[in-house]
Amino acid sequence: MNVNYMVSLIAVIVLFLLAYVGVEAAGLQFLFGIIVPYLAVIAFIGGVIYRIVDWARSPVPFRITTTGGQQKSLPWIQPAQFDNPSTTAGVIVRMALEILFFRSLFRNTSAHLDKAGKLSYIWEKWLWLGALAFHYAFLTVLVRHLRFFTEPVPLPVKLLETLDGFLQIGIPVIQLSGVVLLAAALFLLLRRVLIPQVKYISLAADFFPIFLLIGIALTGILMRYFTKINVIAAKELAMGLVTFHPSIPQGGIGGIFYVHLFFVCILLAYFPFSKLMHMGGIFLSPTRNMPGNTRAIRHVNPWNYPVKVHTYEEYEDEFREKMIEAGLPVEKE
Amino acid sequence: MSDLPKSDDLLSKIDPRPPAKSWMDTPVNIRKGMYCYASNPKSVEYVGLPHARAWNPLEEDWNLPENWKEIIYEGFRERLDKFRSFKVFMDICVRCGACADKCHFFIGTGDPKNMPVLRAELLRSVYRNDFTTAGRIMGKMAGAREMTVDVLKEWWYYFFQCTECRRCSVFCPYGIDTAEITMMGRELLNLLGLNIDWIATPVANCYRTGNHLGIQPHAFKDMIDFFVDDIEEITGVRVEPSINKKGADILFITPSGDVFADPGTYTCMGYLMLFHFLKEKYGFDITWSTYASEGGNFGSFTSHEMMKRLNAKMFAEARRLDVKWILGGECGHMWRVIHQYMDTLNGPADFLEVPVSPITGTRFENAKSTKMVHIAEFTADLIKHGKLDLNPGRNDNLRVTFHDSCNPSRGMGMFEEPRYIIKNVCNYFHDMPANTIREQTFCCGSGAGLNAGEDMELRMVGGLPRANAVKHVHEKYDVNMLACVCAIDRAALPPLMEYWVPEVGVTGLHELVANALILPGEGERTTDLRGEPLPGMEGDDAEE
Repeated sequence: MNVNYMVSLIAVIVLFLLAYVGVEAAGLQFLFGIIVPYLAVIAFIGGVIYRIVDWARSPVPFRITTTGGQQKSLPWIQPAQFDNPSTTAGVIVRMALEILFFRSLFRNTSAHLDKAGKLSYIWEKWLWLGALAFHYAFLTVLVRHLRFFTEPVPLPVKLLETLDGFLQIGIPVIQLSGVVLLAAALFLLLRRVLIPQVKYISLAADFFPIFLLIGIALTGILMRYFTKINVIAAKELAMGLVTFHPSIPQGGIGGIFYVHLFFVCILLAYFPFSKLMHMGGIFLSPTRNMPGNTRAIRHVNPWNYPVKVHTYEEYEDEFREKMIEAGLPVEKE
Repeated sequence: MSDLPKSDDLLSKIDPRPPAKSWMDTPVNIRKGMYCYASNPKSVEYVGLPHARAWNPLEEDWNLPENWKEIIYEGFRERLDKFRSFKVFMDICVRCGACADKCHFFIGTGDPKNMPVLRAELLRSVYRNDFTTAGRIMGKMAGAREMTVDVLKEWWYYFFQCTECRRCSVFCPYGIDTAEITMMGRELLNLLGLNIDWIATPVANCYRTGNHLGIQPHAFKDMIDFFVDDIEEITGVRVEPSINKKGADILFITPSGDVFADPGTYTCMGYLMLFHFLKEKYGFDITWSTYASEGGNFGSFTSHEMMKRLNAKMFAEARRLDVKWILGGECGHMWRVIHQYMDTLNGPADFLEVPVSPITGTRFENAKSTKMVHIAEFTADLIKHGKLDLNPGRNDNLRVTFHDSCNPSRGMGMFEEPRYIIKNVCNYFHDMPANTIREQTFCCGSGAGLNAGEDMELRMVGGLPRANAVKHVHEKYDVNMLACVCAIDRAALPPLMEYWVPEVGVTGLHELVANALILPGEGERTTDLRGEPLPGMEGDDAEE
């Protein structure tokens, strides 16, 4: 039994009960449908801005690019323009590759020491694949949900929805992104539980967001394919929220919907104060977002200050006799 | 060194399975052979660092100043405010674990706290406790823990079990750089006078005499003269180096290890021969300096301020000697400092000229601001333009492979220049497997000030992945020489090879260059710079 994931799992179950019982038994639709969502969005936007500003307040004193390829030096040597960029354009491509395709994770290897004492390094693509699937599925689900917040629904959102359901299985059509999101989240969870080293480094703060996301995906899938909810009413609530004319629709939407919404709210509010901020932080990582050209273009440290040094004069004063004797030139005979 | 286990025993001890107990509840066990001796108080005092005192890592009481917690807290806060890198790296790690088995110390020890992610968590846990709301409220559940003497000891042990090689950083999806984390950790430790002597004393030496080894100017000249004699004996040519010469074309700075210890000394002879060749053939005038007689910078293993204090002499000496630009020798962390820090710390170098090689006309655009060129860039350019007379056959007894030093690799990106040189001065070159070279290169296991004698076990396990890759090419291609561009490598790799791959020697790049270089007016050479017979000369006596 690992206390870190048990605590996280229990926390998510408690959150589930809070919303479900709150709506179904206590009739707190107004709280869970209107107040909590607004508070969560405020916490999310305010929190993210606060965190980014807080990071940005600390200066970048040195250009400490991690270089992953050949430097630009002599004209006849081909530089690695993206892995060791010397220009801003190169940095933009490097960052894009990192953010859109998780390039560094793609390099991942796993080390093995065999009985004969030989080390080998095997390309380890599963973390990369799982992470990529997870993030893109999440993005697709997010964009798809814009249909609840827009009237009329923009064409790109509709197209994405069609694309997402291109397999045309079932009624309603199965949307791949939801399934992939759940599968990828489960994979990331299992990694943390089953790989001994990853389990060893994992904190409750690593399990909690995964359980929360699994909860979101599960309630979403439950509503779409199984329990069915009043979609028209759900959209009415959503439209009310975004147009600042919030109201709880007549006829009710169903407890599971409120649980789904509550989970999303918790995620939004939790986001800025957790490791989920890696989404913002990756843009500010000084080892990746600067070119490796410090010898060509000077980087200025805003807090650079004079330090005590041992001057040549002091040096010569101490060693003058010996220098003269050895025939070394000196400033003062 | 006598306590060092046999290599087979060391191998069989490696167990990457983590213990059942949480790392926060596992106190540090400072083990002999895995740590370096505490700093000598005289050295700490000489450079004016705080809390100089005698202390022993193995003793319970480290004689900490009374307000040590406050010092750490304030120091932490100050660094979070000054370095965005530090702040962002404290916040954004998701503990995906991609870095775990990228660290040579983790591969070699299996100690979970040598996983880069946990090394950083040692600081992060305290950061969360002291500087984040979640950590303050949720405590251990949020991964926070209070600063205690045990935590401090753990910091000291593990931040001096990191060689700042940055290999993990290449694989991190956010570019989190453990070198940066370790540098901050060591800065904090230095606020309490907790350094290791292998760093503190070289720093004090360097401050006073200009180099880590404490070589005084007359002794420095003696050593160079000694090389001059050796070169004359081998080649019949007497080279005439300049030292502290005003108005020379350029200033040359290299790590003092090359002047002092084999096999670096052969590389040093290589520089002297190359410079003599350039002077004789092209009138290019290079001076050495006794004041700036150190390229390396153990200050960078102490603090950013100490790095700046030691680095300052490079520009100061170039200005005093009125040279046009600076040429730098083969060294690892020296080049991280020059490439990524020097101009920011002690620039702008507007009193120097943009480096141009008058021999080839090449303008070194990549060094146009810092005005310091790496000798591998310089020599590769000479060879490309056909300016050197070379006989690579004189290296035919060598099957060479190349060890990319960490700092020129991941702090600079210098991969092709040294390979181009080797391929032009040697006929037999074989790279090690792709996952162990270039940006994925493995550390020698002794970088960042850890190449002492007392931590030999740490160095041998840390160097295991490097040695293993050398062993691979040794068995496959009969490789017998490991070339490198770093003075710490030249000091650290020979015992590492001796331990894991005994048939392989270690050389600097310019030793190979000098073996192949045909000096004007040289006599028939029968030996290489080490006094070993040249290929075809082995059987001289037998043939007669």
